Amino acid sequence: MAERERKIARPYGGVFVARTQVLDSSQVGRAMTRIAHEVVERNHGIEDVILIGLQTGGVALADRIAEELKRIENADVAVGSLDVALYRDDIGLRPVLPEAVTNIPGDITDKIVVLVDDVLYTGRTIRAALDALNDFGRPRAVQLAVMVDRGHRELPIRPDYVGKNLPTRRDELVNVTVDGVELGEMFKDHLDEGADQ
Amino acid sequence: MSADFGRHLLALNEIGVDGIKEILSMTDRFVEINERPIPKVPALRGKTVCTMFFEDSTRTKLSFEAAAKRLSADTMSMSVSSSSVKKGESVRDTIETIQAMGIDAFVVRHKSSGVPWQIANWVDDHVSILNGGDGWHSHPTQGLLDSYTLCQARDGEAGENPSLDGVHVGLIGDIKHSRVARSDVEAFTALGAKVTLIGPPTLMPPSVVGWSMDGSTVDISHDLDSLLPELDVVALLRIQRERMGQALIPSIGEYVETFGLNRNRMSLVRPDAIITHPGPMNRGVEVSVDVLDGHPGTVVLRQVTNGVAVRMAVLFLLLGSGVVS
Repeated sequence: MAERERKIARPYGGVFVARTQVLDSSQVGRAMTRIAHEVVERNHGIEDVILIGLQTGGVALADRIAEELKRIENADVAVGSLDVALYRDDIGLRPVLPEAVTNIPGDITDKIVVLVDDVLYTGRTIRAALDALNDFGRPRAVQLAVMVDRGHRELPIRPDYVGKNLPTRRDELVNVTVDGVELGEMFKDHLDEGADQ
Repeated sequence: MSADFGRHLLALNEIGVDGIKEILSMTDRFVEINERPIPKVPALRGKTVCTMFFEDSTRTKLSFEAAAKRLSADTMSMSVSSSSVKKGESVRDTIETIQAMGIDAFVVRHKSSGVPWQIANWVDDHVSILNGGDGWHSHPTQGLLDSYTLCQARDGEAGENPSLDGVHVGLIGDIKHSRVARSDVEAFTALGAKVTLIGPPTLMPPSVVGWSMDGSTVDISHDLDSLLPELDVVALLRIQRERMGQALIPSIGEYVETFGLNRNRMSLVRPDAIITHPGPMNRGVEVSVDVLDGHPGTVVLRQVTNGVAVRMAVLFLLLGSGVVS
């Protein structure tokens, strides 16, 4: 779920209404398989590779890619999770709360860290994640895998592995689950609107 | 989870059961930050936190300062012994002067109950007040860190729905003069624990009505030895000689004899019981010199470690989680 994106968008919280289904669950599965193969090819195996899913939307995808890597290479890859809330650059501009406990498996120094997230949008979450990683060690390389790249970057950040390039308008919202990818809009809860008046 | 937390942390009954649980759940995340190779996050860059301690303190003041620094806030501190308060400046003038330097939060400790509320009325709208202990009344972050420590000792973490259901806590010692006891009772009962206050009648408050937020009863006992085998948590309090106006106990020796945790009494404590003490410890009074060190359930230093994480959670919720208008 693009929970984080949902909270960035005004009104904070509300109801997501899907307009079109972009990918179904089998297409999401195939994209994950392809990304796993690309990770193996690019890094000549999975030695020293650590997958780190960004809380909350990237965690399930990181687990999924780890399963694929296990199937392809018949070896376990370390998987962790990272909450970047306290590194964000929009603290004070919108509600920010740490969503979950961070879990970095072991020392990341000299490892190849693959950050995994559901949607790449402005790039500000990834900027925060790179700062956070810096406090855990000095990886040999950091790569970025995302299910959907929806454009509208505000920072010089690009993904290394992309499930789907999806042109969007800024007022649209992308919802990623293991069941598929949907494009839609955010509507403020009618009950909330009533309460405002 | 709601980020709508209010502006101050003055007493636990003002934030309610949900507020307590929200802070404890949030604390898990800050405990992890304190275990990182670099235990510091940039969340409160540009904020300034000032500790105003009109009464002595070691751990609370340093703990708040450590918490603020680990969130990248700047810290300033004032202690009365080295300030213009000694020249006769009023609390209000002192606060307004320091506020004019650009402060986002004051942590206030004062020997008189209620002073943090008074200060909250004086400061500008964007300034947060955190109660670091007022008189006999309230010490909210101590109540939070004590309950976090108990959750952690039982379940490893606070989790999404922290609870102390079925836990029997005995708070032992000078209940009457203890703001820690009041905040502990509020927090423990809010999480579902059963609390018994244990001590000599002269160190008991005249009434405990209203001590728990949900109206659950708080028992009082004067017989430590018969209760010790039942207790899941032995929560020792400090004998506060500085707050006792007159002789409320015949002698320290007699108190030690009846309520001090000594070697003999230790044999009544369950092997799996948790022992807490808010500090500073009077070794040889409420606890004899060496009994705590050999007991596996002693969490006195965990309390101090967790204190930093709890205060990080509180500072972030007050200063960082909302929208600055």
